[in-house]
Amino acid sequence: MALDKPYRDIPGTVIFDADQARAGYYLNQFCMSLMNAGNRARFKSDERTYVGEWPMTDAQKQAVIDRDYNKMIALGGNIYFLAKIFSTDGKSFQHVAALMTGMTEEDYARMMLKGGRTPDGLRNRSPEEKD
Amino acid sequence: MARISAGVATSHVPAIGAAIDNGRTAEDYWRPLFAGYEFSRRWIREARPDVVILVYNDHASAFGLDVVPTFAIGCAPSFEPADEGWGPRPVAVVQGHPELASHIAQSVIQEDFDLTIVHRLDVDHGLTVPLSLMFGQPQRWPVRVIPLAVNVVLYPPPSGRRCFELGKALRRAVESFDEDLNVQIWGTGGMSHQLQGARAGLINRDWDNRWLDGLIADPDSIARIPHLEYLREAGSEGIELVMWLVMRGALDPRVETLHRFYHVPASNTAVGHIILENTA
Repeated sequence: MALDKPYRDIPGTVIFDADQARAGYYLNQFCMSLMNAGNRARFKSDERTYVGEWPMTDAQKQAVIDRDYNKMIALGGNIYFLAKIFSTDGKSFQHVAALMTGMTEEDYARMMLKGGRTPDGLRNRSPEEKD
Repeated sequence: MARISAGVATSHVPAIGAAIDNGRTAEDYWRPLFAGYEFSRRWIREARPDVVILVYNDHASAFGLDVVPTFAIGCAPSFEPADEGWGPRPVAVVQGHPELASHIAQSVIQEDFDLTIVHRLDVDHGLTVPLSLMFGQPQRWPVRVIPLAVNVVLYPPPSGRRCFELGKALRRAVESFDEDLNVQIWGTGGMSHQLQGARAGLINRDWDNRWLDGLIADPDSIARIPHLEYLREAGSEGIELVMWLVMRGALDPRVETLHRFYHVPASNTAVGHIILENTA
């Protein structure tokens, strides 16, 4: 029996479940390695070589190099693991959140100051919300 | 006899830690947030807990994907601040209480709550930001801390009901410890926030505040909220709120609310903070 995934109809959201964790195991463990200052220095000096030492898929490696966080999440990354990449880059959660929504950091910050993004219309994928 | 005197809950956003560590708490952006903790800082100086059972989640710092414990209790004498990718936070090493922690583990495991026992645990912002919010930047933390880590990163986290019941078992365990100790229990994380994809930035002020009302007055019904509702209404990371139910379960059914604060935003997150005291 397949995993029950009632959360799949939530738009713009990938729940980090067992299937995602399996697909993203090496991507996420690579991220964990950046909790060490020496590894961070090696990664920064030659990203492709460092990433190449991990048995990730080519798509995962490219998404890391491109800092394409939506892609990394689609390929099994989890944001708390991926945080090690943007922390290594000296970037904040807010910087990356803005990036993932396609907004400028300024517009995103302004939206948050105004109370954030309303869940209205974003609870599930159907045009008329069912709940 | 040890006893649980009060519960504290607060969000644990990393940017709050960065604001404290970099001396930015008086900036316009941050001032309203820290004002919400002024009462708490005064209160805890008077309350003088000996030990805090600090319910938090590890953010892929101590636990990667090799081992993902649903509930883990730190039984070590001390816990180092974790390097989350920008070097460890410049905060004091956290002192544990291995005797009470081991007693709790022995007690609740035999009551069917199968905690994972951890003797080496680096603690990340999930644990140290609440300490900084409540105690500031002391050379050493004025309290011993028992970390209780809950998995809310790899779906599914434990149910709200399970967290609530664990809180009750923790209370029984504390009350069967011989030493006279003033113990507090803290729940951390939340409130509504989503840190991924097109819905990033989601905040649900109405839902958060209804949830807080319920947590205080009718925690039994809050404990029945399914994960799917947290994900839809409070965002994919808002599900951290189940950890507040551990705190609530360890308190009396009826509690006095000493303090309640809600603020948007701290970076991407709605910050909630309450202090509840047993009345009996």
